[in-house]
Amino acid sequence: MTNHKTIKNIEQELIDDFSLFETWEEKYEYLIDLGKKLAPLDPAFKTEDYKIKGCQSSVWIHSHEKDGLVHFAGDSDAIIVRGLVGLMITVLNAQPAKEIVNAPLDFIDTIGLSSHLAQTRSNGLRAMIKQMKLDAGAWQVNAENKTVE
Amino acid sequence: METEGTYDVQAIRAQFPILSRKVKGKDLVYLDNAATAQKPVAVIDALVHYYSHYNANIHRGLHTLADEATAAYEASRVAVMHFVGASSPDEIIFTKGTTESINLVANAWGKSFLQEGDEIIITSLEHHANIVPWQMVAAEKKAILRVIPIDDNGILDMEAFKSMLGPKTKLVSVVHVSNALGIINPVEEIIRLAHEYNAVVLVDGAQSSVHLDIDVQTLGCDFYTFSGHKIYGPTGVGVLYGKRDLLESMPPYQGGGEMIKEVRFEHTTYNELPFKFEAGTPNIADVIALKAGIDFINTIGKAVIRKHEETLLKYATAKLKYIKGLRIIGDVKNKVSVISFVIDGVHPQDLAILLDNQGIAVRTGHHCTQPLMHRLGIVGTTRASFAAYNTIEEIDVLVEALNKSLKMLL
Ligand SMILES: Cc1ncc(COP(=O)(O)O)c(C=O)c1O
Repeated sequence: MTNHKTIKNIEQELIDDFSLFETWEEKYEYLIDLGKKLAPLDPAFKTEDYKIKGCQSSVWIHSHEKDGLVHFAGDSDAIIVRGLVGLMITVLNAQPAKEIVNAPLDFIDTIGLSSHLAQTRSNGLRAMIKQMKLDAGAWQVNAENKTVE
Repeated sequence: METEGTYDVQAIRAQFPILSRKVKGKDLVYLDNAATAQKPVAVIDALVHYYSHYNANIHRGLHTLADEATAAYEASRVAVMHFVGASSPDEIIFTKGTTESINLVANAWGKSFLQEGDEIIITSLEHHANIVPWQMVAAEKKAILRVIPIDDNGILDMEAFKSMLGPKTKLVSVVHVSNALGIINPVEEIIRLAHEYNAVVLVDGAQSSVHLDIDVQTLGCDFYTFSGHKIYGPTGVGVLYGKRDLLESMPPYQGGGEMIKEVRFEHTTYNELPFKFEAGTPNIADVIALKAGIDFINTIGKAVIRKHEETLLKYATAKLKYIKGLRIIGDVKNKVSVISFVIDGVHPQDLAILLDNQGIAVRTGHHCTQPLMHRLGIVGTTRASFAAYNTIEEIDVLVEALNKSLKMLL
């Protein structure tokens, strides 16, 4: 785990990346690119169970736990939202549940994405983050129960 | 920007303060008029003037302010009467919008006149506001809701409608102009056919009232509904027109002040039309300002505005068809200035985000017509809808922004 990047490290990298963008077009091209590159979600998880309520487009998030870290996969039928899914996975993937639950995720404001997303879309992003944190919380409880046993 | 013939679009734009604002650093291009229209300064002033000069509760007070407010409120009712061609102001009931108007009919008329096994007919093009209230009353009364099918272009199957009609048909509730596609439905024929079976007909005029000449007496409809905010008036006010006999035969919708004649604990008698259906202190300010919206339309002339909007529609339709993979949904002859489209491989939400960043307001999604989207096999559309103040130049901006967005997305 020597090379392990913390959530804060990754957020900083993204802030650095975004600071190079001068126009809204560049930010969106970055997100669209992320969306196109995001590994497809196993169709078995593209069900109502994994669908996030509160989004205008369909968003699915699936998570599993391995060696104490939470792994995410996700998808959306809209490409920019898919990019946002990709962005959040970049930040939160393969991190300890507790870190995910407690991450303040200030980078979203710092990179100025919230101001570019209309309110309804911002809500979608918030719903997505909430779900990822809920998932992580569930894995955390799971792990604690195991240690108690 | 030049004026088109005698139509001075710049002079009209100058009456709308909001049109000079910037969005994301760009000139606002407002093409979401089917959702709500912007307000001319006369409407905004009417609101301010009411609250600064004669705010008072109406119909009851005996002082000067109450008199003035009552006169203005009732003047608005007369303006609405002329706007829809009703024969008496008693047939004009103020509600908070189309949604409430339809719910009023579903409750007051539906609950007293519908019986088990009766049939209500709507169309595949309806807004949720003209679906859900009927589902609710149908469930309660064990009545049956039937839906007139459409073809792939959104045209009603009138043969299917004819075969649905029968002695069980009690009500036909149809959207005059589809909000999602802009298609004008043949309501005259629908009303005529429905009346052969003595069915009551409600016309949802939320989209037609601003574009088409409305004469409820010529149409012959039993109810006509619309919302003030879509005809350049304020939000929070709408209209239910109903034929006098029908309205008189209906029980009140809500109980309270204004709608009563005499209240005793043993028994209450109800007020006359239209007050019977306006319980409580109404939305006085918005009702008054609605007249300013109607005056705005009348001053220019509906036919003149319509001609301008048709020019915009034709131009936009031709331009959009050049965009590769773009398909207009409901590309029919008989429609108002609404263009709904899908683009191969592009989610409407992505387009909306990128257009918003270019200062353009369009509507994307299901437009509160989920069954229609389902029937057409699409998740939603992008909809541009034009009003009196839109320009050819704005359509050019839209087309350019669409091309740029597609370059980014594909
Ligand atoms: C055809 C149609 N019906 C009903 C409504 C509901 O109107 P309101 O929300 O003003 O009550 C709308 C508004 O979008 C509409 O377009």
